[in-house]
Amino acid sequence: MEWLNTHLLTALTFLPLAWAVAGMAIPGRFSKHWTLAGSLLLFAVSLKLYYGFDPHGAEFQFAESVEWIPGLGVNYLIGMDGISLWLILLTTFLMPIVVLSSYNGVEDREKEYYTLLMALQTGMIGAFVSLDSFLFYVFWEAMLIPMYFLIGIWGGKDRIYATMKFFIFTMVGSLLMLVAIFFLAYQHKMQFGSFSTALVELYKVRLDGSGFLSTQSLLFLAFALAFAIKVPLFPLHTWLPDAHVQAPTAGSVILAGVLLKMGGYGFIRFAFPLFPQAVVLYQPTFLVLGSVAIVYGAWVAMVQPDMKKLVAYSSVSHMGYVIIGLFSLNAIGSTGAVYQMLNHGISTPALFLMVGMLYERRHTKEIKEYGGITKVMPLFAVAFMIATLSSVALPGTNGFIGEFLILLGAWKANPGLTVLAATGVIFGAVYMLWMIQRVMFGPLTNEANKKLKDLSLREIVVLAPLMVAIFWMGVAPNFFFRKMETSITRLVDRTAKAGAVAVALKGER
Amino acid sequence: MLKWIPLLPLIGFTINGFWYALIQCRPGAKKAGATIPGLIATLAIFGAFLISVKTFLELKGMPAEGRFVEQHLFNWIHVGDLDLKMALRVDSLSTLFTLVITGVGTLIHLYSIGYMSHDATPGKFFAYLNLFCFAMLMLVMGSSLPILFLGWEGVGLCSYLLIGYWYEDLEKAKAGKKAFIANRVGDLGFLLGMFMIYTHFGTLEFTKITELLARGDFIAAISPAAITATCLLLFVGCTGKSAQIPLYVWLPDAMAGPTPVSALIHAATMVTSGIYLVSRLNGLFSLSHTAMMTMAVIGGLTAFFAATIAIAQNDIKKVLAYSTVSQLGYMFLACGVGAYTAGVFHVITHAFFKALMFLGAGSVIHGMHEEQDILKMGGLRLKMPVTFVTFLVGWVAICGLPPFSGFFSKDEILWNAFASPHGSKLLWVVGAVTAAMTAFYMTRMFYLTFMGKPRFDESKMGGAHDSHAAHGHDDHAGHGHADHGHAPQGVHESPATMTIPLVVLAILSIVGGFIGIPHMSWLEEWLEPVIPAHDPATFTAGHTTEYLLMGVSTLIAILSIAYAWKTYTNLKEASARKARHAKLHETLEHKWYVDEAYESAVIQPIYEMSVKLWKNVDVAVIDRVVLGFGRVSEWTGQAARTAQTGSIQVYAVMILIGLALSLGYLVRGF
Repeated sequence: MEWLNTHLLTALTFLPLAWAVAGMAIPGRFSKHWTLAGSLLLFAVSLKLYYGFDPHGAEFQFAESVEWIPGLGVNYLIGMDGISLWLILLTTFLMPIVVLSSYNGVEDREKEYYTLLMALQTGMIGAFVSLDSFLFYVFWEAMLIPMYFLIGIWGGKDRIYATMKFFIFTMVGSLLMLVAIFFLAYQHKMQFGSFSTALVELYKVRLDGSGFLSTQSLLFLAFALAFAIKVPLFPLHTWLPDAHVQAPTAGSVILAGVLLKMGGYGFIRFAFPLFPQAVVLYQPTFLVLGSVAIVYGAWVAMVQPDMKKLVAYSSVSHMGYVIIGLFSLNAIGSTGAVYQMLNHGISTPALFLMVGMLYERRHTKEIKEYGGITKVMPLFAVAFMIATLSSVALPGTNGFIGEFLILLGAWKANPGLTVLAATGVIFGAVYMLWMIQRVMFGPLTNEANKKLKDLSLREIVVLAPLMVAIFWMGVAPNFFFRKMETSITRLVDRTAKAGAVAVALKGER
Repeated sequence: MLKWIPLLPLIGFTINGFWYALIQCRPGAKKAGATIPGLIATLAIFGAFLISVKTFLELKGMPAEGRFVEQHLFNWIHVGDLDLKMALRVDSLSTLFTLVITGVGTLIHLYSIGYMSHDATPGKFFAYLNLFCFAMLMLVMGSSLPILFLGWEGVGLCSYLLIGYWYEDLEKAKAGKKAFIANRVGDLGFLLGMFMIYTHFGTLEFTKITELLARGDFIAAISPAAITATCLLLFVGCTGKSAQIPLYVWLPDAMAGPTPVSALIHAATMVTSGIYLVSRLNGLFSLSHTAMMTMAVIGGLTAFFAATIAIAQNDIKKVLAYSTVSQLGYMFLACGVGAYTAGVFHVITHAFFKALMFLGAGSVIHGMHEEQDILKMGGLRLKMPVTFVTFLVGWVAICGLPPFSGFFSKDEILWNAFASPHGSKLLWVVGAVTAAMTAFYMTRMFYLTFMGKPRFDESKMGGAHDSHAAHGHDDHAGHGHADHGHAPQGVHESPATMTIPLVVLAILSIVGGFIGIPHMSWLEEWLEPVIPAHDPATFTAGHTTEYLLMGVSTLIAILSIAYAWKTYTNLKEASARKARHAKLHETLEHKWYVDEAYESAVIQPIYEMSVKLWKNVDVAVIDRVVLGFGRVSEWTGQAARTAQTGSIQVYAVMILIGLALSLGYLVRGF
């Protein structure tokens, strides 16, 4: 027990994998129960982080450090702040839901499936707790492998194309990031006499950030490419719709719920503090890309014939908000961005789960196959409506808090672009309500839909936590802000200080 | 205590909502009637009404300058320098709105118990209705703009849900969506206006904004352009919610909802939110002459334009809907000429007589077995005496004959349009012509519905109820009269739960005007702390003119009524006249083809562009670039196929090797 208290993050990271390995010994038909129990246990353990985290304490808490590759200055260095806290909790919160949602849908190779899910959790938590850039890279890549197999084995009929696209996009981005990490470690040696990949060490490295093609800017772009692909930011988003459409429900849920957040998190943890001057230089670029993503994603979502693709493009739009929130470089926008990542991690999984539930019943995701579903699945319709309200950011739901803060923050940074971005509130309503109209409303004409069963008890249990979260986060956001406030202030201040330097430099020239 | 005003309806919503969602709508559940859910909902809103009255009396006992009650509930959003509290605040302006919302709301809830008695899902209906009241009360009681916005979007949601309440009819579902999206366009303006205020005032709380507005030095430091922009952005929000040009198009379609909804949401309360917002921030709007003028002109135009359409509508609810748009235009005309009090006054009287007329129309539709076409009515005065008499009151009130409520408020507006420093003679002319048209189309509707001879075959009535989906009107799902008790079919008066609210509203429509009689006005004095009274010296005309104009507008109304009455007594002549002006009539009947114009100028182009973006940018350009013009992807696909042995053991071995290597590093170091 004592070991657990001092190594909480290590436990949370590797326990899923250990649990899965232990689960190998169990007959396949029990593996879902075993995994559910494990993921619930992990969620319970992760709650200790919430209670243990002191928002006014050290920057990184629950820190652990073990020497790993001394020659390169690489250490097993982990810890968390008020931002990663919530992303970890989001991950552990979603896992039991994902597992329970797979109970009926996954029938072949159950043991492998659940093992991969747990391995994925190790990768995700690992990435969120890494405070060493090389360690982060290892987890970042490790995450891809289980995801690759989840889509490639349990996916739809074009799964190979989708996995390859997913793989190529993400690999291209991350390889450049690896190069940049080594370059930074080398710079550290030049400036301080030893290799290091530890974040706090790299923060100290001074890099020329005076122009759009200066060292700092190039390094920033290398990192930003990896993160922007993951977010995904327009125009690097085209892997996402394919991956989602082909992925099994659980894959989509984790992809949308957690993996996309890796991109935003990467900006927060690495790109911003490491290259503050470059961030300031490229602020307008990213504000434009984010605003375009919001509108473009919404427009393209509107014309999708496939529900999953529609939700996937809605993610492009919603994650655009995250980008403009972060690049507004002020506390309001950044808090909104972090909150939006959590929101999107609640509402989009809810939508994917429900599309999955329809798919399990009818084996199609085509919108035109449905219509009038409310008649036969009234409770399902209620849940779908609630998730939609969160997605369209209705006040009272979590979505509103995020969008409101992001747009307000962005308004302070750049009112003109915010007007463009804010049109997203109209188009966001258009594509969601149009889908609802075509799927849920109208007469029940399709014979195949007349016998559909409403939510089962298991499905209610799957969706209920998400529904509660939607309203809880919408009504009492301060509960969440309290723990993240200081970390965000630190993030913003660090960039602002460097920004002042950049502006001063510009003035001199 | 204050918090219970919105909380009671919220509790009612929660009870009915959970009861419906988790029990009633489960397969095989026993069907619940309308009575119990209806009573729960009605009691909830009635409780809120009682507390509203108590609050009002409390306020009444307070001196003018400190006339408000506040309650802080909890801290909502605290980020950086943004500190939003969830707090309620009732002052002399909002107390009037809470009284109308809960008072008229109670009557409409009561009415709905009868009206929805044969609906398939009354639990859902009453849950939505209570949720609406909650949101509407938050809108008027919120102490800051974001809370107002919470209510603002909340009522929009309920409106959406209730318009599309009979979702199986795709047209109704579409009407709901249209309402939500038109409102969202407005909300964008609201949102940006809010950001402007935050940028320039550093706060979003009403009390603080008002304090700053009173400081001349503070205001002088803000550029006039910024103030005008702020006001116009907020006004865009109002054009959405309060159905003004160019966003009014959703309101007539909103009549797809059940009639009590039209009465409560689309006549008495929600659509007046814009007037509430403008009055709440009257200090800000008054700073910008441009914004005021825009508001007055848009209001006047909307009033006129909607009235022209109302003349040619045959659906009883459509006539009322366009009339509502038109009356809302009057209210903005009032605000635009600086007569916020007159605007608020008209909100109140309009709430009484228009809710009355909608409920009366509902009673007619109910009694006529879902018939809404006034050309197929006639002579109903004998069949439905209570509905007839109460409707008569509403008709006289909206036509603006003294001493009914509509007369006082409308006249106040016209007078201000004429003589206030922001007004102009032209605005008065627009208002007066609109008044004449209002009297005309209302008389037309009244006459065709209640007077003359019946133009329907009673023996054929009622049979169509079982196939309710067949006709696209206000058909209650499952609203069959087969099990209705009074088995002989035919036109009938509505039950007491429906007629009692009619009678109460009729009384209010008669006496409601006396709170605001010009120059003896209790209302003006009451609102003084929120809306500073006009200085009479700034008016461009004196009392003699005022009484003269009053006489003129009364005369206009009487002449117009007489003309319409005469026209529709002789129906043959009326239709011959219609035929002579067929082109104009058709244009009016098709509402000036505005919906069609929006469809082809806005909706279609965006849709087509989106398809192009998807196919030409996403698929054709980005994918090709990233995947190396397709060749690389093909090649990798091939490669993947060879690597993809499909054997999970191979993958497992690969993972294990990877893990072993990593562990090796971990143990050995470099």
